[in-house]
Amino acid sequence: MSAEGMGRVTAAEVARHPFFHGVAGSRVARLATAAAVEEIPAGRRIFEEHEVAEYFWLLRSGTVALDMSVPGRGTVIVETLAASSVLGWSWLFPPHRWRFGAVATGPVDALRFDGRLVRTFCAADHDLGYDLAMRFGTLMLDRLAATRIRLLDLYARPGERP
Amino acid sequence: MTPMTPVPYRVAARRADLADTVTLTLEPVAEPIAEPAPGQFTMMYAFGVGEVPISVSRTGPVLEQTVRSVGAVTRAVCATAPGRILGLRGPFGTGWELDAAKGRDLVLAAGGIGLAPLRPLVLAALADRDAYGRIAVLIGTRTPDDLLFAAELDEWRARGAQVEVTVDRPAPGWSGHVGLITGLVGAADIEPALAAAFVCGPEIMMRVTAQALIGRGLPAAHVRLSMERNMRCGLGWCGHCQLGPLLICRDGPVLPYERVLPLMTVREL
Repeated sequence: MSAEGMGRVTAAEVARHPFFHGVAGSRVARLATAAAVEEIPAGRRIFEEHEVAEYFWLLRSGTVALDMSVPGRGTVIVETLAASSVLGWSWLFPPHRWRFGAVATGPVDALRFDGRLVRTFCAADHDLGYDLAMRFGTLMLDRLAATRIRLLDLYARPGERP
Repeated sequence: MTPMTPVPYRVAARRADLADTVTLTLEPVAEPIAEPAPGQFTMMYAFGVGEVPISVSRTGPVLEQTVRSVGAVTRAVCATAPGRILGLRGPFGTGWELDAAKGRDLVLAAGGIGLAPLRPLVLAALADRDAYGRIAVLIGTRTPDDLLFAAELDEWRARGAQVEVTVDRPAPGWSGHVGLITGLVGAADIEPALAAAFVCGPEIMMRVTAQALIGRGLPAAHVRLSMERNMRCGLGWCGHCQLGPLLICRDGPVLPYERVLPLMTVREL
């Protein structure tokens, strides 16, 4: 990842994103030292499936598509993440490799966090680690529930329902 | 004339919105029914076939109703050609009560054909644009080809609404959102504490969307849902549309989230 379009981040900017609402001020300040503002142009691939997962992003504007390469079908989008979403949790869990790819579908303004640095913060401050684990756990729970509801195919015609 | 007597309306125009969904423009043959409020429905009678509850998708000088062909009666209604006659009773039920949201930001969240009863609300809010804050229209649908009123969405945007569409299954060339409608809630450009929400779609979609909106800070007291049950008489007489203590044709279809939530999770209601 180049440093193009990157900028420093203040604690206030980190605290303003809904994902970090309620995190104690001193911890927000520490997290801000691991963050950078990133402007991602439309169409740029942010990461590829199987690559090492080193970062996560808090989207402030723009949309990112999560995708997977499917033999015979090309690259298939499985979900998009809209403004105010969080992109990336594989940095938190071994083996720290992306399970899907991600590409900006329009210009994205995001805060990018160095996952390895944040992991060291969490190892040194277990309360911060617990807080982040709960936040990412809740995020995963919401995404899992949304995926399961999509499996219900709620908008299917009566004869096509699973 | 009794409330059970169908009033004849002529189909003035028929537009095929989707493969199985049409919008009919209806003109009274003689004395019209009362003007429906956004959110109300009529009982639509295909003579000799039967009667079904159908949402009003445009109200005012022009009456439009949008029908999805899912059974014998709706199939007959959808097939009704311009110039032919249908019977209408109503309008029935509660409306969205948009006036109660004056001064607030608006979130209108539609799932699938649930956009039809929300359309008159969108049009009413846009027609009185200064009376409301920001307007966000969030739409979830199955595929890009299943998007209702697709040709109108840019006009809604041009008139000041944020319109976001997400699909469960993208098709090649689709560049919009993919995923459940709850994924759009965070992107709605509103001040949650000062907003009101109107949600219509499959019941599970309404429940999780309302929860996501409330999770973002929108007051539960300002969330309204449109419920669907087996409406028959439209007058609260027959009891077919009972949902616990409610008769949806009379007490609904639009209901406060807080009133209907405890009933939505009870089996067999």
